[in-house]
Amino acid sequence: MALRSTLETDETAAFGESGEKRGWASRLAPLLFLTPASVAILAVSVYPILDGVWLSLRNTLLSTQADEFVGFSNYATLWQDDLFWSAWQHTLVFTAASTVLETLIGLGMALVLYEPFRGRGIVRAAMLVPWAIPTVVTSKMFGWLFDGQHGVINWLFLKAGLISDYVNWYGSPDTAFRSIVIADVWKTAPFMALLLLAGLQTIPRSLIEAARIDGAGPFAVFYYVRLPMLLPTLLIAGMFRALDAFRIFDLVYVLTGGGPADSTEVLSTLTYKTLFSGLDFGYGSTLSGAMFLTEALLAAGFGLFIVRRMRRAQD
Amino acid sequence: MFNSTSTASLVSRLVLQAAAAMIVVWSLAPFLWQVSTAFQEDRLLTAATPSFLPWPGTLEHFRNIFVEKQFHLYVVNSLIVAGATALLCLTIGAFAAFALSRLRIASRFGILGLFLSVSMFPQIAIVGPLYLVASNFGLMNTYTALIIIYLAMGLPLVIWVLFGYFETIPREIDEAAIIDGAEPLRLLVSVIVPMSLPGFVTTGLLAFIMAWNEFMFALAFTSGVERQTIPVGIANFTNLYYVPWGDIAAASVVVTLPLVTMVLIFQRYIVEGLTQGAVKE
Repeated sequence: MALRSTLETDETAAFGESGEKRGWASRLAPLLFLTPASVAILAVSVYPILDGVWLSLRNTLLSTQADEFVGFSNYATLWQDDLFWSAWQHTLVFTAASTVLETLIGLGMALVLYEPFRGRGIVRAAMLVPWAIPTVVTSKMFGWLFDGQHGVINWLFLKAGLISDYVNWYGSPDTAFRSIVIADVWKTAPFMALLLLAGLQTIPRSLIEAARIDGAGPFAVFYYVRLPMLLPTLLIAGMFRALDAFRIFDLVYVLTGGGPADSTEVLSTLTYKTLFSGLDFGYGSTLSGAMFLTEALLAAGFGLFIVRRMRRAQD
Repeated sequence: MFNSTSTASLVSRLVLQAAAAMIVVWSLAPFLWQVSTAFQEDRLLTAATPSFLPWPGTLEHFRNIFVEKQFHLYVVNSLIVAGATALLCLTIGAFAAFALSRLRIASRFGILGLFLSVSMFPQIAIVGPLYLVASNFGLMNTYTALIIIYLAMGLPLVIWVLFGYFETIPREIDEAAIIDGAEPLRLLVSVIVPMSLPGFVTTGLLAFIMAWNEFMFALAFTSGVERQTIPVGIANFTNLYYVPWGDIAAASVVVTLPLVTMVLIFQRYIVEGLTQGAVKE
Protein backbone atom coordinates (compact mmCIF):
# COMPACT_ATOMS: atom_id res chain seq x y z
CA MET A 1 0.00 0.00 0.00
CA ALA A 2 1.00 3.58 -0.48
CA LEU A 3 0.59 4.06 3.24
CA ARG A 4 4.11 3.26 4.35
CA SER A 5 5.98 5.50 1.95
CA THR A 6 3.74 8.44 2.72
CA LEU A 7 3.86 7.96 6.48
CA GLU A 8 7.55 8.66 6.39
CA THR A 9 6.91 12.09 4.97
CA ASP A 10 4.25 12.85 7.54
CA GLU A 11 6.57 15.14 9.47
CA THR A 12 7.49 17.24 6.50
CA ALA A 13 4.28 19.15 5.86
CA ALA A 14 5.56 22.25 4.11
CA PHE A 15 3.72 24.73 6.27
CA GLY A 16 3.82 22.61 9.40
CA GLU A 17 6.95 23.92 11.07
CA SER A 18 6.11 25.90 14.15
CA GLY A 19 7.43 29.43 14.45
CA GLU A 20 8.58 30.67 11.09
CA LYS A 21 6.25 31.09 8.13
CA ARG A 22 3.01 30.82 10.04
CA GLY A 23 0.98 33.72 8.72
CA TRP A 24 -2.81 33.74 8.92
CA ALA A 25 -3.06 32.22 5.48
CA SER A 26 -0.98 29.25 6.55
CA ARG A 27 -3.05 28.69 9.66
CA LEU A 28 -6.42 29.00 7.94
CA ALA A 29 -5.40 27.22 4.77
CA PRO A 30 -5.97 23.60 5.91
CA LEU A 31 -9.53 24.43 6.90
CA LEU A 32 -10.27 26.46 3.78
CA PHE A 33 -8.77 23.87 1.46
CA LEU A 34 -10.45 20.83 2.96
CA THR A 35 -13.91 22.21 3.66
CA PRO A 36 -15.47 22.18 0.15
CA ALA A 37 -14.54 18.54 -0.49
CA SER A 38 -15.61 17.44 2.98
CA VAL A 39 -18.95 19.23 2.78
CA ALA A 40 -19.71 17.77 -0.65
CA ILE A 41 -18.80 14.24 0.38
CA LEU A 42 -20.57 14.31 3.73
CA ALA A 43 -23.70 16.01 2.40
CA VAL A 44 -24.14 13.49 -0.38
CA SER A 45 -23.30 10.35 1.58
CA VAL A 46 -23.42 10.59 5.35
CA TYR A 47 -26.52 12.75 5.58
CA PRO A 48 -28.60 10.58 3.18
CA ILE A 49 -27.49 7.40 4.94
CA LEU A 50 -28.72 8.73 8.29
CA ASP A 51 -31.88 10.07 6.69
CA GLY A 52 -32.40 6.63 5.14
CA VAL A 53 -32.32 5.00 8.57
CA TRP A 54 -34.92 7.50 9.79
CA LEU A 55 -37.11 6.90 6.69
CA SER A 56 -36.98 3.15 7.24
CA LEU A 57 -38.79 3.67 10.54
CA ARG A 58 -41.58 5.55 8.83
CA ASN A 59 -44.39 4.86 6.46
CA THR A 60 -43.62 7.42 3.77
CA LEU A 61 -45.67 7.09 0.61
CA LEU A 62 -45.19 9.80 -1.98
CA SER A 63 -48.31 8.67 -3.81
CA THR A 64 -50.72 9.39 -0.93
CA GLN A 65 -48.56 11.89 0.98
CA ALA A 66 -48.73 9.50 3.97
CA ASP A 67 -45.93 10.02 6.46
CA GLU A 68 -46.02 8.53 9.93
CA PHE A 69 -43.67 6.87 12.39
CA VAL A 70 -44.18 3.11 12.44
CA GLY A 71 -41.17 1.82 14.39
CA PHE A 72 -39.79 -1.47 13.16
CA SER A 73 -42.87 -2.60 11.30
CA ASN A 74 -41.13 -2.13 7.91
CA TYR A 75 -38.45 -4.51 9.12
CA ALA A 76 -41.07 -7.05 10.17
CA THR A 77 -42.56 -6.84 6.68
CA LEU A 78 -39.12 -7.28 5.17
CA TRP A 79 -38.49 -10.44 7.18
CA GLN A 80 -41.51 -12.08 5.59
CA ASP A 81 -41.06 -10.64 2.11
CA ASP A 82 -40.30 -13.53 -0.26
CA LEU A 83 -39.34 -11.14 -3.03
CA PHE A 84 -36.72 -9.54 -0.79
CA TRP A 85 -35.19 -12.89 0.15
CA SER A 86 -35.07 -14.11 -3.43
CA ALA A 87 -33.45 -10.82 -4.52
CA TRP A 88 -31.01 -11.15 -1.62
CA GLN A 89 -30.11 -14.63 -2.76
CA HIS A 90 -29.74 -13.60 -6.42
CA THR A 91 -27.45 -10.76 -5.38
CA LEU A 92 -25.18 -13.03 -3.37
CA VAL A 93 -25.04 -15.69 -6.09
CA PHE A 94 -24.31 -13.03 -8.69
CA THR A 95 -21.59 -11.50 -6.50
CA ALA A 96 -19.90 -14.85 -5.91
CA ALA A 97 -20.13 -15.99 -9.53
CA SER A 98 -18.93 -12.76 -11.11
CA THR A 99 -16.14 -12.18 -8.59
CA VAL A 100 -14.72 -15.69 -8.96
CA LEU A 101 -14.94 -15.66 -12.76
CA GLU A 102 -13.52 -12.15 -13.07
CA THR A 103 -10.64 -12.95 -10.74
CA LEU A 104 -9.72 -16.13 -12.62
CA ILE A 105 -10.06 -14.61 -16.09
CA GLY A 106 -8.37 -11.40 -14.96
CA LEU A 107 -5.49 -13.42 -13.54
CA GLY A 108 -5.13 -15.29 -16.81
CA MET A 109 -5.06 -12.04 -18.76
CA ALA A 110 -2.55 -10.50 -16.34
CA LEU A 111 -0.20 -13.48 -16.68
CA VAL A 112 -0.29 -13.13 -20.45
CA LEU A 113 0.31 -9.37 -20.32
CA TYR A 114 3.20 -9.78 -17.91
CA GLU A 115 5.31 -11.56 -20.53
CA PRO A 116 7.04 -9.39 -23.08
CA PHE A 117 5.72 -9.96 -26.61
CA ARG A 118 5.16 -8.01 -29.76
CA GLY A 119 1.94 -5.98 -29.60
CA ARG A 120 1.58 -6.04 -25.83
CA GLY A 121 0.66 -2.36 -25.81
CA ILE A 122 -2.18 -3.02 -28.25
CA VAL A 123 -3.57 -5.80 -26.07
CA ARG A 124 -3.44 -3.61 -23.00
CA ALA A 125 -5.21 -0.79 -24.82
CA ALA A 126 -7.87 -3.15 -26.21
CA MET A 127 -8.53 -4.38 -22.70
CA LEU A 128 -9.53 -0.89 -21.58
CA VAL A 129 -12.33 -0.68 -24.14
CA PRO A 130 -14.93 -2.76 -22.20
CA TRP A 131 -14.11 -0.79 -19.07
CA ALA A 132 -14.68 2.58 -20.77
CA ILE A 133 -18.02 1.70 -22.33
CA PRO A 134 -21.05 2.91 -20.32
CA THR A 135 -22.80 0.02 -18.59
CA VAL A 136 -26.07 0.93 -20.25
CA VAL A 137 -24.40 0.50 -23.63
CA THR A 138 -22.89 -2.81 -22.49
CA SER A 139 -26.38 -3.95 -21.51
CA LYS A 140 -27.79 -3.06 -24.91
CA MET A 141 -24.81 -4.66 -26.68
CA PHE A 142 -25.35 -7.95 -24.90
CA GLY A 143 -29.09 -7.65 -25.34
CA TRP A 144 -28.48 -7.59 -29.09
CA LEU A 145 -25.81 -10.33 -29.04
CA PHE A 146 -28.12 -12.64 -27.08
CA ASP A 147 -31.29 -11.59 -28.87
CA GLY A 148 -33.67 -14.54 -29.20
CA GLN A 149 -34.53 -14.01 -32.87
CA HIS A 150 -31.63 -12.32 -34.61
CA GLY A 151 -28.83 -12.47 -32.05
CA VAL A 152 -25.46 -13.54 -33.38
CA ILE A 153 -24.84 -15.81 -30.36
CA ASN A 154 -27.79 -17.97 -31.37
CA TRP A 155 -26.51 -18.18 -34.92
CA LEU A 156 -22.94 -19.03 -33.83
CA PHE A 157 -24.06 -21.64 -31.30
CA LEU A 158 -26.41 -23.22 -33.81
CA LYS A 159 -23.64 -23.41 -36.43
CA ALA A 160 -21.28 -24.93 -33.85
CA GLY A 161 -23.91 -27.48 -32.89
CA LEU A 162 -24.12 -26.33 -29.28
CA ILE A 163 -27.86 -25.73 -29.49
CA SER A 164 -30.45 -27.35 -31.72
CA ASP A 165 -32.83 -24.40 -31.90
CA TYR A 166 -32.75 -20.66 -31.20
CA VAL A 167 -32.78 -19.89 -27.49
CA ASN A 168 -34.50 -16.86 -25.97
CA TRP A 169 -31.57 -16.22 -23.61
CA TYR A 170 -33.08 -13.38 -21.66
CA GLY A 171 -36.53 -14.94 -21.72
CA SER A 172 -36.04 -17.90 -19.42
CA PRO A 173 -34.89 -17.68 -15.79
CA ASP A 174 -31.68 -19.74 -15.73
CA THR A 175 -30.22 -18.52 -19.03
CA ALA A 176 -31.13 -14.90 -18.22
CA PHE A 177 -29.12 -15.00 -15.01
CA ARG A 178 -26.12 -16.58 -16.71
CA SER A 179 -26.23 -14.09 -19.56
CA ILE A 180 -26.09 -11.22 -17.06
CA VAL A 181 -23.06 -12.78 -15.38
CA ILE A 182 -21.36 -13.11 -18.80
CA ALA A 183 -22.03 -9.45 -19.63
CA ASP A 184 -20.62 -8.38 -16.27
CA VAL A 185 -17.54 -10.57 -16.63
CA TRP A 186 -16.89 -9.10 -20.07
CA LYS A 187 -17.06 -5.58 -18.72
CA THR A 188 -15.03 -6.01 -15.54
CA ALA A 189 -12.50 -8.83 -15.98
CA PRO A 190 -10.08 -6.50 -17.85
CA PHE A 191 -10.05 -4.09 -14.94
CA MET A 192 -9.23 -6.97 -12.61
CA ALA A 193 -6.43 -7.90 -15.02
CA LEU A 194 -4.93 -4.40 -14.76
CA LEU A 195 -4.89 -4.52 -10.96
CA LEU A 196 -3.36 -7.99 -10.92
CA LEU A 197 -0.82 -7.01 -13.57
CA ALA A 198 0.31 -4.13 -11.38
CA GLY A 199 0.60 -6.63 -8.52
CA LEU A 200 2.60 -9.07 -10.63
CA GLN A 201 5.03 -6.33 -11.61
CA THR A 202 5.97 -5.73 -7.98
CA ILE A 203 7.32 -9.31 -7.70
CA PRO A 204 11.09 -9.17 -8.21
CA ARG A 205 12.00 -10.82 -11.50
CA SER A 206 15.15 -12.24 -9.90
CA LEU A 207 12.97 -14.47 -7.72
CA ILE A 208 11.27 -15.95 -10.76
CA GLU A 209 14.59 -16.32 -12.61
CA ALA A 210 16.09 -18.11 -9.60
CA ALA A 211 13.20 -20.57 -9.47
CA ARG A 212 13.55 -21.21 -13.21
CA ILE A 213 17.28 -21.90 -12.87
CA ASP A 214 16.48 -24.34 -10.08
CA GLY A 215 14.47 -26.23 -12.67
CA ALA A 216 10.95 -25.11 -11.85
CA GLY A 217 8.52 -25.29 -14.79
CA PRO A 218 5.99 -22.55 -15.51
CA PHE A 219 3.34 -24.14 -13.29
CA ALA A 220 5.71 -24.59 -10.36
CA VAL A 221 6.88 -21.00 -10.73
CA PHE A 222 3.29 -19.84 -10.73
CA TYR A 223 2.20 -21.97 -7.77
CA TYR A 224 5.19 -21.60 -5.48
CA VAL A 225 6.53 -18.14 -6.33
CA ARG A 226 3.96 -15.92 -7.99
CA LEU A 227 0.72 -17.01 -6.36
CA PRO A 228 1.89 -16.58 -2.75
CA MET A 229 3.36 -13.16 -3.53
CA LEU A 230 0.30 -12.09 -5.46
CA LEU A 231 -2.10 -13.23 -2.76
CA PRO A 232 -2.49 -9.86 -0.98
CA THR A 233 -3.32 -8.12 -4.28
CA LEU A 234 -5.67 -10.94 -5.26
CA LEU A 235 -7.55 -10.80 -1.98
CA ILE A 236 -7.88 -7.02 -1.90
CA ALA A 237 -8.84 -6.72 -5.57
CA GLY A 238 -11.33 -9.57 -5.06
CA MET A 239 -12.83 -7.82 -2.08
CA PHE A 240 -13.30 -4.52 -3.92
CA ARG A 241 -14.77 -6.35 -6.86
CA ALA A 242 -17.19 -8.31 -4.67
CA LEU A 243 -18.42 -5.19 -2.90
CA ASP A 244 -18.90 -3.56 -6.29
CA ALA A 245 -20.70 -6.57 -7.79
CA PHE A 246 -23.02 -6.60 -4.80
CA ARG A 247 -24.33 -3.19 -5.85
CA ILE A 248 -25.10 -4.18 -9.46
CA PHE A 249 -27.91 -2.08 -10.91
CA ASP A 250 -27.55 -0.75 -14.48
CA LEU A 251 -26.87 -4.08 -16.13
CA VAL A 252 -29.87 -5.85 -14.61
CA TYR A 253 -32.24 -2.88 -14.82
CA VAL A 254 -31.59 -2.29 -18.52
CA LEU A 255 -31.02 -5.88 -19.68
CA THR A 256 -33.85 -7.79 -17.99
CA GLY A 257 -35.53 -5.32 -15.65
CA GLY A 258 -35.37 -8.08 -13.02
CA GLY A 259 -37.35 -10.58 -15.10
CA PRO A 260 -38.37 -13.00 -16.32
CA ALA A 261 -40.59 -13.85 -13.34
CA ASP A 262 -38.29 -11.98 -10.92
CA SER A 263 -35.52 -14.48 -11.67
CA THR A 264 -32.86 -11.78 -12.06
CA GLU A 265 -34.21 -9.33 -9.52
CA VAL A 266 -31.35 -8.11 -7.33
CA LEU A 267 -31.42 -5.90 -4.24
CA SER A 268 -30.64 -2.68 -6.13
CA THR A 269 -33.34 -3.14 -8.75
CA LEU A 270 -35.91 -4.21 -6.17
CA THR A 271 -35.11 -1.17 -4.03
CA TYR A 272 -35.18 1.18 -7.01
CA LYS A 273 -38.59 -0.08 -8.12
CA THR A 274 -39.98 0.16 -4.59
CA LEU A 275 -38.78 3.75 -4.37
CA PHE A 276 -39.60 5.12 -7.78
CA SER A 277 -42.35 2.88 -9.17
CA GLY A 278 -44.06 2.17 -5.86
CA LEU A 279 -43.16 5.62 -4.49
CA ASP A 280 -42.81 3.81 -1.14
CA PHE A 281 -39.87 5.61 0.45
CA GLY A 282 -40.32 4.03 3.87
CA TYR A 283 -40.11 0.42 2.74
CA GLY A 284 -37.63 1.30 0.00
CA SER A 285 -35.30 2.70 2.66
CA THR A 286 -35.76 -0.47 4.70
CA LEU A 287 -34.69 -2.52 1.69
CA SER A 288 -31.63 -0.37 1.09
CA GLY A 289 -30.86 -0.53 4.82
CA ALA A 290 -30.88 -4.32 4.69
CA MET A 291 -28.66 -4.19 1.64
CA PHE A 292 -26.30 -1.82 3.36
CA LEU A 293 -26.11 -4.12 6.38
CA THR A 294 -25.36 -7.16 4.23
CA GLU A 295 -22.65 -5.27 2.40
CA ALA A 296 -21.11 -4.06 5.67
CA LEU A 297 -21.06 -7.64 6.99
CA LEU A 298 -19.55 -8.81 3.71
CA ALA A 299 -16.84 -6.14 3.92
CA ALA A 300 -16.10 -6.94 7.56
CA GLY A 301 -15.93 -10.66 6.80
CA PHE A 302 -13.55 -10.10 3.89
CA GLY A 303 -11.46 -7.69 5.91
CA LEU A 304 -11.10 -10.12 8.79
CA PHE A 305 -10.24 -12.96 6.43
CA ILE A 306 -7.59 -10.91 4.67
CA VAL A 307 -5.99 -9.72 7.91
CA ARG A 308 -5.86 -13.30 9.26
CA ARG A 309 -4.46 -14.60 6.03
CA MET A 310 -1.72 -11.95 5.98
CA ARG A 311 -0.81 -12.64 9.60
CA ARG A 312 -0.51 -16.33 8.85
CA ALA A 313 1.62 -15.58 5.81
CA GLN A 314 3.94 -13.46 7.92
CA ASP A 315 4.48 -16.07 10.64
CA MET B 1 18.33 -28.73 -36.06
CA PHE B 2 15.79 -28.19 -33.30
CA ASN B 3 17.05 -28.62 -29.82
CA SER B 4 14.45 -29.07 -27.10
CA THR B 5 14.90 -25.64 -25.51
CA SER B 6 14.25 -23.67 -28.65
CA THR B 7 11.23 -25.84 -29.49
CA ALA B 8 9.85 -25.23 -26.02
CA SER B 9 10.39 -21.49 -26.31
CA LEU B 10 8.81 -21.47 -29.75
CA VAL B 11 5.76 -23.32 -28.41
CA SER B 12 5.43 -21.03 -25.42
CA ARG B 13 5.75 -18.00 -27.67
CA LEU B 14 3.01 -19.32 -29.91
CA VAL B 15 0.76 -20.06 -26.92
CA LEU B 16 1.38 -16.54 -25.64
CA GLN B 17 0.57 -14.91 -28.99
CA ALA B 18 -2.59 -17.01 -29.30
CA ALA B 19 -3.70 -16.05 -25.80
CA ALA B 20 -3.00 -12.38 -26.54
CA ALA B 21 -5.03 -12.59 -29.74
CA MET B 22 -7.90 -14.18 -27.80
CA ILE B 23 -7.87 -11.31 -25.31
CA VAL B 24 -8.06 -8.75 -28.11
CA VAL B 25 -10.91 -10.57 -29.85
CA TRP B 26 -12.84 -11.06 -26.59
CA SER B 27 -12.45 -7.38 -25.67
CA LEU B 28 -13.22 -5.84 -29.04
CA ALA B 29 -15.62 -8.24 -30.78
CA PRO B 30 -18.86 -7.21 -29.01
CA PHE B 31 -18.09 -3.55 -29.55
CA LEU B 32 -17.12 -4.00 -33.21
CA TRP B 33 -20.31 -5.96 -33.71
CA GLN B 34 -22.23 -2.99 -32.33
CA VAL B 35 -20.38 -0.62 -34.69
CA SER B 36 -21.20 -2.84 -37.64
CA THR B 37 -24.85 -3.08 -36.55
CA ALA B 38 -25.11 0.70 -36.52
CA PHE B 39 -24.40 0.81 -40.26
CA GLN B 40 -26.61 -2.08 -41.35
CA GLU B 41 -30.08 -1.79 -42.85
CA ASP B 42 -32.92 -3.26 -40.79
CA ARG B 43 -33.44 -5.77 -43.59
CA LEU B 44 -29.90 -7.06 -43.02
CA LEU B 45 -30.25 -7.12 -39.25
CA THR B 46 -33.25 -9.42 -39.43
CA ALA B 47 -31.83 -11.69 -42.12
CA ALA B 48 -31.43 -15.39 -41.40
CA THR B 49 -27.65 -15.14 -41.58
CA PRO B 50 -26.10 -12.29 -39.62
CA SER B 51 -23.45 -10.43 -41.56
CA PHE B 52 -20.46 -8.84 -39.98
CA LEU B 53 -19.72 -6.39 -42.77
CA PRO B 54 -22.30 -3.63 -43.04
CA TRP B 55 -22.93 -4.10 -46.74
CA PRO B 56 -24.91 -2.36 -48.11
CA GLY B 57 -24.23 0.26 -45.50
CA THR B 58 -26.67 2.89 -44.37
CA LEU B 59 -26.68 6.02 -42.23
CA GLU B 60 -30.40 5.67 -41.61
CA HIS B 61 -30.01 4.78 -37.94
CA PHE B 62 -27.92 7.86 -37.29
CA ARG B 63 -30.54 9.96 -39.05
CA ASN B 64 -33.23 8.32 -36.89
CA ILE B 65 -31.59 9.08 -33.58
CA PHE B 66 -30.64 12.65 -34.37
CA VAL B 67 -33.71 13.72 -36.30
CA GLU B 68 -36.50 11.76 -34.65
CA LYS B 69 -35.13 11.17 -31.17
CA GLN B 70 -33.22 14.44 -30.73
CA PHE B 71 -30.19 12.56 -29.57
CA HIS B 72 -28.01 15.68 -29.79
CA LEU B 73 -29.92 17.11 -26.80
CA TYR B 74 -28.84 14.14 -24.69
CA VAL B 75 -25.29 14.64 -25.90
CA VAL B 76 -25.35 18.31 -24.88
CA ASN B 77 -26.77 17.41 -21.45
CA SER B 78 -24.09 14.80 -20.91
CA LEU B 79 -21.32 17.17 -22.03
CA ILE B 80 -22.48 19.88 -19.63
CA VAL B 81 -22.93 17.55 -16.66
CA ALA B 82 -19.76 15.50 -17.16
CA GLY B 83 -17.66 18.55 -18.08
CA ALA B 84 -18.77 20.55 -15.03
CA THR B 85 -18.27 17.49 -12.82
CA ALA B 86 -14.71 16.98 -14.05
CA LEU B 87 -13.76 20.66 -13.64
CA LEU B 88 -15.25 20.94 -10.14
CA CYS B 89 -13.73 17.62 -9.08
CA LEU B 90 -10.30 18.79 -10.19
CA THR B 91 -10.53 22.20 -8.50
CA ILE B 92 -11.99 21.10 -5.18
CA GLY B 93 -10.05 17.84 -5.20
CA ALA B 94 -6.73 19.62 -5.82
CA PHE B 95 -7.24 21.87 -2.79
CA ALA B 96 -8.12 18.90 -0.58
CA ALA B 97 -5.29 16.71 -1.85
CA PHE B 98 -2.84 19.58 -1.43
CA ALA B 99 -3.98 20.20 2.15
CA LEU B 100 -3.66 16.50 2.96
CA SER B 101 -0.24 16.27 1.36
CA ARG B 102 1.40 19.55 2.39
CA LEU B 103 -0.43 21.30 5.22
CA ARG B 104 -0.41 20.53 8.91
CA ILE B 105 -3.42 18.33 9.45
CA ALA B 106 -4.09 15.90 12.26
CA SER B 107 -4.62 12.31 11.08
CA ARG B 108 -4.41 12.89 7.36
CA PHE B 109 -4.78 9.16 6.70
CA GLY B 110 -7.87 9.06 8.84
CA ILE B 111 -9.42 11.69 6.59
CA LEU B 112 -8.25 10.00 3.38
CA GLY B 113 -9.61 6.67 4.63
CA LEU B 114 -12.92 8.27 5.59
CA PHE B 115 -13.31 9.86 2.13
CA LEU B 116 -12.56 6.57 0.49
CA SER B 117 -14.82 4.46 2.71
CA VAL B 118 -17.69 6.87 2.18
CA SER B 119 -17.47 6.22 -1.55
CA MET B 120 -18.01 2.50 -0.93
CA PHE B 121 -21.61 2.98 0.22
CA PRO B 122 -24.15 1.40 -2.09
CA GLN B 123 -25.54 4.26 -4.14
CA ILE B 124 -29.03 2.85 -3.98
CA ALA B 125 -28.96 3.62 -0.24
CA ILE B 126 -28.64 7.36 -0.84
CA VAL B 127 -30.82 7.85 -3.90
CA GLY B 128 -34.12 7.96 -1.95
CA PRO B 129 -33.17 10.54 0.68
CA LEU B 130 -31.35 12.67 -1.93
CA TYR B 131 -34.44 12.59 -4.10
CA LEU B 132 -36.48 14.05 -1.23
CA VAL B 133 -33.85 16.75 -0.62
CA ALA B 134 -33.72 17.63 -4.31
CA SER B 135 -37.51 17.99 -4.50
CA ASN B 136 -37.54 20.19 -1.40
CA PHE B 137 -34.93 22.50 -2.91
CA GLY B 138 -36.58 22.53 -6.31
CA LEU B 139 -33.60 20.79 -7.88
CA MET B 140 -35.49 18.08 -9.70
CA ASN B 141 -34.73 17.91 -13.40
CA THR B 142 -31.74 20.27 -13.14
CA TYR B 143 -28.09 19.97 -14.07
CA THR B 144 -27.20 21.23 -10.59
CA ALA B 145 -28.52 18.19 -8.70
CA LEU B 146 -26.65 15.75 -10.94
CA ILE B 147 -23.42 17.76 -10.84
CA ILE B 148 -23.44 17.97 -7.03
CA ILE B 149 -24.03 14.23 -6.69
CA TYR B 150 -21.39 13.31 -9.28
CA LEU B 151 -18.94 15.70 -7.66
CA ALA B 152 -19.31 13.89 -4.35
CA MET B 153 -19.03 10.52 -6.09
CA GLY B 154 -15.90 11.48 -8.01
CA LEU B 155 -14.04 13.39 -5.30
CA PRO B 156 -12.73 10.43 -3.23
CA LEU B 157 -10.92 8.89 -6.21
CA VAL B 158 -9.73 12.27 -7.50
CA ILE B 159 -8.34 13.22 -4.10
CA TRP B 160 -6.72 9.83 -3.66
CA VAL B 161 -4.97 9.87 -7.04
CA LEU B 162 -3.94 13.54 -6.86
CA PHE B 163 -2.63 12.96 -3.34
CA GLY B 164 -0.48 10.15 -4.76
CA TYR B 165 0.88 12.49 -7.46
CA PHE B 166 1.56 15.33 -5.05
CA GLU B 167 3.45 12.97 -2.77
CA THR B 168 5.91 12.18 -5.55
CA ILE B 169 6.96 15.85 -5.86
CA PRO B 170 10.12 16.39 -3.79
CA ARG B 171 9.76 18.53 -0.68
CA GLU B 172 12.93 20.47 -1.57
CA ILE B 173 10.97 22.21 -4.28
CA ASP B 174 8.34 23.33 -1.75
CA GLU B 175 11.00 24.61 0.56
CA ALA B 176 12.60 26.67 -2.16
CA ALA B 177 9.23 28.22 -2.97
CA ILE B 178 8.48 28.91 0.70
CA ILE B 179 11.82 30.60 1.18
CA ASP B 180 10.92 32.77 -1.79
CA GLY B 181 7.88 33.81 0.20
CA ALA B 182 5.14 31.61 -1.31
CA GLU B 183 1.94 31.18 0.67
CA PRO B 184 0.03 27.86 0.40
CA LEU B 185 -2.21 29.02 -2.44
CA ARG B 186 0.78 30.22 -4.46
CA LEU B 187 2.68 27.01 -3.81
CA LEU B 188 -0.30 24.99 -5.05
CA VAL B 189 -1.03 27.09 -8.13
CA SER B 190 2.49 27.90 -9.28
CA VAL B 191 4.45 24.83 -8.25
CA ILE B 192 2.39 21.73 -7.45
CA VAL B 193 -0.27 21.98 -10.17
CA PRO B 194 2.13 22.54 -13.10
CA MET B 195 4.30 19.69 -11.87
CA SER B 196 1.44 17.17 -11.71
CA LEU B 197 -0.39 17.88 -14.95
CA PRO B 198 -0.47 14.18 -15.99
CA GLY B 199 -2.23 13.47 -12.71
CA PHE B 200 -4.82 16.11 -13.53
CA VAL B 201 -5.39 14.65 -16.98
CA THR B 202 -5.97 11.17 -15.54
CA THR B 203 -8.23 12.20 -12.71
CA GLY B 204 -10.18 14.66 -14.83
CA LEU B 205 -10.77 11.93 -17.36
CA LEU B 206 -11.83 9.43 -14.69
CA ALA B 207 -14.31 11.91 -13.22
CA PHE B 208 -15.62 12.74 -16.69
CA ILE B 209 -16.10 9.07 -17.61
CA MET B 210 -17.82 8.37 -14.30
CA ALA B 211 -20.33 11.19 -14.83
CA TRP B 212 -20.74 10.42 -18.55
CA ASN B 213 -21.61 6.78 -17.80
CA GLU B 214 -23.70 7.17 -14.64
CA PHE B 215 -27.23 5.89 -14.98
CA MET B 216 -29.21 5.48 -11.77
CA PHE B 217 -29.19 9.04 -10.46
CA ALA B 218 -29.73 10.44 -13.94
CA LEU B 219 -32.72 8.13 -14.33
CA ALA B 220 -34.24 9.08 -10.98
CA PHE B 221 -33.57 12.82 -11.05
CA THR B 222 -34.38 13.82 -14.61
CA SER B 223 -37.36 13.55 -16.89
CA GLY B 224 -37.52 14.44 -20.53
CA VAL B 225 -34.98 15.11 -23.19
CA GLU B 226 -34.19 18.62 -21.94
CA ARG B 227 -32.18 17.30 -18.96
CA GLN B 228 -31.68 13.55 -19.40
CA THR B 229 -28.18 12.27 -20.09
CA ILE B 230 -27.16 9.80 -22.78
CA PRO B 231 -27.39 6.55 -20.75
CA VAL B 232 -30.99 7.36 -19.82
CA GLY B 233 -31.75 8.25 -23.42
CA ILE B 234 -30.36 4.94 -24.69
CA ALA B 235 -32.14 2.93 -22.01
CA ASN B 236 -35.44 4.52 -23.04
CA PHE B 237 -35.06 3.77 -26.74
CA THR B 238 -36.80 0.44 -26.43
CA ASN B 239 -40.53 0.56 -26.75
CA LEU B 240 -42.99 -2.12 -25.78
CA TYR B 241 -43.41 -3.83 -29.12
CA TYR B 242 -40.18 -3.43 -30.97
CA VAL B 243 -36.51 -3.04 -30.12
CA PRO B 244 -34.80 -0.69 -32.60
CA TRP B 245 -31.44 -2.48 -32.45
CA GLY B 246 -29.97 -0.46 -35.30
CA ASP B 247 -30.81 2.87 -33.65
CA ILE B 248 -29.51 1.65 -30.30
CA ALA B 249 -26.28 0.57 -31.96
CA ALA B 250 -25.91 3.96 -33.66
CA ALA B 251 -26.41 5.74 -30.34
CA SER B 252 -23.92 3.39 -28.69
CA VAL B 253 -21.32 4.26 -31.29
CA VAL B 254 -21.89 8.00 -30.91
CA VAL B 255 -21.51 7.74 -27.12
CA THR B 256 -18.63 5.35 -27.02
CA LEU B 257 -16.30 6.39 -29.83
CA PRO B 258 -15.14 9.66 -28.20
CA LEU B 259 -14.69 7.82 -24.93
CA VAL B 260 -12.73 4.98 -26.44
CA THR B 261 -10.59 7.43 -28.40
CA MET B 262 -9.76 9.42 -25.26
CA VAL B 263 -9.03 6.27 -23.29
CA LEU B 264 -6.72 4.95 -25.99
CA ILE B 265 -4.85 8.26 -26.21
CA PHE B 266 -4.40 8.55 -22.46
CA GLN B 267 -4.25 4.84 -21.66
CA ARG B 268 -0.79 4.93 -20.11
CA TYR B 269 -1.85 7.62 -17.62
CA ILE B 270 -5.15 5.92 -16.90
CA VAL B 271 -3.59 2.57 -16.11
CA GLU B 272 -1.12 4.33 -13.86
CA GLY B 273 -3.84 6.31 -12.10
CA LEU B 274 -6.18 3.38 -11.67
CA THR B 275 -3.61 1.06 -10.21
CA GLN B 276 -2.02 3.68 -8.01
CA GLY B 277 -2.68 3.11 -4.35
CA ALA B 278 -4.12 -0.31 -5.07
CA VAL B 279 -0.82 -2.10 -5.27
CA LYS B 280 1.92 0.44 -4.74
CA GLU B 281 4.48 -0.75 -2.25
